[in-house]
Amino acid sequence: MKRFSWFNLTSLTLGFAFLYLPMLILVIYSFNESKLVTVWAGFSTKWYGELMQNEAFLDAAWVTLRVAVISSTLATVLGTMAAHVMVRGGRFFGRTLFSGMIYAPLVMPEVITGLSLLLLFIGIGLDRGVVTIVLAHTTFAMCYVSVVVSSRLVSFDKSLEEAALDLGCTPFQAFRLVTLPIIMPAVVSGWLLAFTLSLDDLVIASFTAGPSATTLPIKIFSSVRLGVSPEINALSTIMISIVAIGVITASIISKRNIARAEADARAAERT
Amino acid sequence: MRRYLVIALPYLWLLGLFLVPFLIVLKISLSDLNLSIPPYLPQLDPGAGWEGLKDFFSQLDLENFVFLTEDDLYWKAYLSSLKIAVVATLLTLCVGYPVAYGMARAPSEWRPTLMMLVILPFWTSFLIRVYSWMGILSTEGFLNQFLLWAGIISEPLIIMNTTKAVYIGIVYTYLPFMILPIYAALEKMDESLLEAAEDLGCSRLQAFWLVTFPLSKSGIIAGCFLVFIPSIGEFVIPSLLGGSDTLMIGKVLWEEFFNNRDWPVASAVAVVLLAILVIPIILFQRNEQKQREAEG
Repeated sequence: MKRFSWFNLTSLTLGFAFLYLPMLILVIYSFNESKLVTVWAGFSTKWYGELMQNEAFLDAAWVTLRVAVISSTLATVLGTMAAHVMVRGGRFFGRTLFSGMIYAPLVMPEVITGLSLLLLFIGIGLDRGVVTIVLAHTTFAMCYVSVVVSSRLVSFDKSLEEAALDLGCTPFQAFRLVTLPIIMPAVVSGWLLAFTLSLDDLVIASFTAGPSATTLPIKIFSSVRLGVSPEINALSTIMISIVAIGVITASIISKRNIARAEADARAAERT
Repeated sequence: MRRYLVIALPYLWLLGLFLVPFLIVLKISLSDLNLSIPPYLPQLDPGAGWEGLKDFFSQLDLENFVFLTEDDLYWKAYLSSLKIAVVATLLTLCVGYPVAYGMARAPSEWRPTLMMLVILPFWTSFLIRVYSWMGILSTEGFLNQFLLWAGIISEPLIIMNTTKAVYIGIVYTYLPFMILPIYAALEKMDESLLEAAEDLGCSRLQAFWLVTFPLSKSGIIAGCFLVFIPSIGEFVIPSLLGGSDTLMIGKVLWEEFFNNRDWPVASAVAVVLLAILVIPIILFQRNEQKQREAEG
């Protein structure tokens, strides 16, 4: 059995301490009694209570959640279509332009994406609000989804689809009954990625949100600009714990699925 | 018929919400500032026909780009963004490489857990991760409290609101992007190569420099681009952690647009920023392609 060498253990410990200590401090100090964020004055959950009373934050959280659900769902549908076109679509007019438009938003600085979308919305006279943020988030998230899904599509056996077509499926049926179940894990992780990207986005939302709709990152940004506040620490703690629980659950489920698939494979070998 | 729908829907979406907006930015960067709504000239008047179109194009000029070269704020901001991105990328490499190395050499039953620990911060809000450093780096923050308590310094360090804080912020937030590709390259490596090198008389350090490091080069290059490209246009980190002396082009664009309301200049800044980014992006794609060819 291989063991950790002292060098590797030190570098891993230091590396992970660097990654996790700042967030750990944030979580601990969200339970601080004092308004002074760097002085410990005893345990208290009062900042969570105050957060729950803060209408502005709750409204922003609700807007953010709605935007994230709608835009990630739209992005998953469009991104999966785009991935299918890229991998299975064959040749069509403007294919290079299409793949360029899929990859460019991934490396485009957010300030440029935000600026260009805002200028478009003003140009066509669309009022800025939830709709414009959804459109903006869908656009950049669909590119991420299509990259995730197409990497899965590339690796799977095309003859399965062809068999379904030979057996009389329409292309759409073949996709729904054969392709989709196989690429489902990638579609789900694409959705999750799109969802977190949307929850997280500050820059593009700041450009595309109007006065009628403020998202949580915009709200957080405008209040932390003035300095550290215990309420924001409490809010951050809630967000960090949701993500941590989500990611750990997902990894346990996928580990179990892998174990089950291995057990099935072994059982199949025995018979 | 359905096939065309599947192609057309994402295609038209990206044309309308990615390409067209970008062309609008390009057009506005060639326009002039005007005190009206929207605040630029010329406007395209579709009713005026061919003459109107000719008139429209004759009014476009490169004035804003000339302005960018004349006012030294802009080229200083571009240069300082490049410098900050380069330094931060190298720092991230120095922090990330040992971690990736430790992961790749860890017992194999530990690797999935370590992987998850690297990815977990990536799912956590970027804004919150940057914010978490504000309480640490400030003059009465945790870092200074600790260093004063430990007797290492006698006066608090001024890190917050300086470029140093921006470096720390970039290294911290982009570290997973550096670790993952290097880890992927190191994990594939055949460890018997190292044994061979040592059998042939290399010291462990020599074996690392002559065998391990060259074999992880593709991962290093990929990681560096993944950190370098987004840090150039970074806005959140310089505006929360940086000070007034920290010039970064993403922040300049933001202020030009929101504070000065000069849309044509903001658009010109965006166009130049993109032109600067094209080179590293093409190099990055080349590296990825070479990688794929080497594997396939």
